[in-house]
Amino acid sequence: MENPKLNIVEAINLALKQEMERDPSVLIFGEDVGKDGGVFRVTDKLQAQFTEDRVFDSPLGESGIAGMAIGLAMYGFKPVVEVQFDGFYHQMLDQMLQHAARMRNRSRGRYTVPMVVRIPSGGGIKALEHHSESIETFIAHTPGLKVVYPSTPYDAKGLLLAAIRDPDPVLFMEPKRLYRAIKQEVPLEDYIVPIGQANVLQEGTDVTVIAWGAMVREAQTAIEALKSNPATANYSIELIDLRTISPLDQETIFASVEKTGRLVLVQEAVKSFGPGSEIAAQVTEKLLYSLKAPIARVAAPDITVPYLQAEHWYLPNAQQIQSAIIQTMNT
Amino acid sequence: MSDIFSQFDPLQGKRFQILDENGVLSSDPAIAALRPLELTDELIRQSYEKMLFMKMADQKANNLQRTGRMGTYASIRGQEAAQMGAGLAIKPEDWLVPAFRELGIMWLHGMPIENMYTYWMGNEMGSLPPTNVNCIPISIVVGSQMLHAVGIGLGMKKKKEQKVAVAFFGDGATSEGDFHEAMNCAGVFKPNTILICQNNQWAISVPRNYQTASATIAQKAIAYGLPGIQVDGNDMIAMYVAVKTARERALRGEGATLIEAYTYRLGDHTTSDDAKKYRDPAEVELWKPRDPMIRLQKYLAAKNLWTQSYEDELVAKYEKEIDAIVEKAQTIQYNPSDMFDYTYAVLPPQLQAQKEELLARIQAQV
Repeated sequence: MENPKLNIVEAINLALKQEMERDPSVLIFGEDVGKDGGVFRVTDKLQAQFTEDRVFDSPLGESGIAGMAIGLAMYGFKPVVEVQFDGFYHQMLDQMLQHAARMRNRSRGRYTVPMVVRIPSGGGIKALEHHSESIETFIAHTPGLKVVYPSTPYDAKGLLLAAIRDPDPVLFMEPKRLYRAIKQEVPLEDYIVPIGQANVLQEGTDVTVIAWGAMVREAQTAIEALKSNPATANYSIELIDLRTISPLDQETIFASVEKTGRLVLVQEAVKSFGPGSEIAAQVTEKLLYSLKAPIARVAAPDITVPYLQAEHWYLPNAQQIQSAIIQTMNT
Repeated sequence: MSDIFSQFDPLQGKRFQILDENGVLSSDPAIAALRPLELTDELIRQSYEKMLFMKMADQKANNLQRTGRMGTYASIRGQEAAQMGAGLAIKPEDWLVPAFRELGIMWLHGMPIENMYTYWMGNEMGSLPPTNVNCIPISIVVGSQMLHAVGIGLGMKKKKEQKVAVAFFGDGATSEGDFHEAMNCAGVFKPNTILICQNNQWAISVPRNYQTASATIAQKAIAYGLPGIQVDGNDMIAMYVAVKTARERALRGEGATLIEAYTYRLGDHTTSDDAKKYRDPAEVELWKPRDPMIRLQKYLAAKNLWTQSYEDELVAKYEKEIDAIVEKAQTIQYNPSDMFDYTYAVLPPQLQAQKEELLARIQAQV
């Protein structure tokens, strides 16, 4: 059968459908995920196929969703739950941090929590307050959790399958801005994208650009613009889609920066204390003497995400990434 | 059909009691008849022995802390009957989801005392239960674990298994948001779950009437669409009947039950606390005669099943047993690798590097 061209929503839906067919212990629940198929339609038609026993609406309470999922996971199920919007993750943060992340350790391996929390993430869709947050730091700072953040339909399917099959809790962040922005051929057959492996989207020797989620698209736009400008067309840029925030793929990052000697980090989250800060620190610890220029960081300012009228000023964009690359190259 | 949940409606201020404070069975024949046949005097005597053992194991933990051999410990003193009654009703295949004042019920469910000493001595290895024991580790975050019991009970229901998940928590936990989410989800999904609140009247220094304006904790269940019952938690017989009935309800597919065990914390909150600072000694004096141990002694003595010399013999025997357990627990060494090895199923490379660094540092200190 020919592989379909799918957007990210369709790719995730396909992954869920195929995994539920393959593994009867997979359950889906959350707010509006049943008949409605989720507010972004990611779980569309799954309840019809798998019945209310396996795909069901929960009461509106994120802590309850996470707490029940922890119980079900300890009891041998593989719950894949949805947080409707990034900002509401905080209402389950306690359950995830205090219990999901610690149960394996606390019980010395007896009880484990193989659950997945799907989190539509980030801004750019002109939504209400608390609907445009980048919360990866809150999760990645917790030992025991894994955090993945695909930027393409292919990776979305492969990473979700890896996440569901992972024996530990995985937070699966979905770039909602890209949900329907790109289509890509997605294999119908079973495959996984391993957790903890970044993807070198484009090889280069002058400068490394690392981005994840929706920022990968911005970085690609920036790189294309630089290529079409005669003054910068000769830049040899290596672009890395991080794909997994935690655990970080140190090997890929270090190998790239060692080669290029220059690093531009792009994150949608506020600048301070984010994954970008952590990567910069690790690169400095390991490769300070290989660096030819100071590390540059493109990120949102350290302010509350503004409402939709100001969102375009707040979100990091291709223009800023271009400037950061040029500045790094000119140092 | 009338059951104990409608007979002892918490909204009508009813509290379920079969054996009164003087160790006398209810004079109301209808209530006395609620004592099931299997709960013979012999079984009550055996249960008293178990309560004495847990009371002594609990006291030993306090002593170990006082002599610097254990970390902070939360005593169950005064709550032995609540845990014994529940322990009799819960089956080995059921899953226990405890808070931190549960030495008695955890032991009855199969967690060795040695494990619990290891835990309170500061080694996570104590929370690893024997293979055939289903006991989730102690939850220190107050009120957060009931949701796990709802999830486990829902899993049992989905697998069509004749088992229940039983959560324990205190009166303070009912002020937490997660208690309400657990109750709400329990009402909606009707899991094989029993929620047991040991209302011991105090959450550290805050008395029960500051936790909630509800007349009882049991009545909160009504709003969530599940039965709630307030039981005299110092009456082992009533506790057994309540938990047994709740279990049968769950196995019939009728869902969860909230049981409020109305009891009293005779000791401090933990070994780090001094209740004299905030609690009127007169209140403690009021509760001392209601001690669940005394109540059963009176009942058994009236049947010629308890004497002081019988008690003394048991105490001497248990002292030896508990001392042996202490000795064993004290020999368990903390393996530093364990700190890392259970963070994930497979250690990521950076954690592997951090582990090696820490182990080398420890090695260098030896």
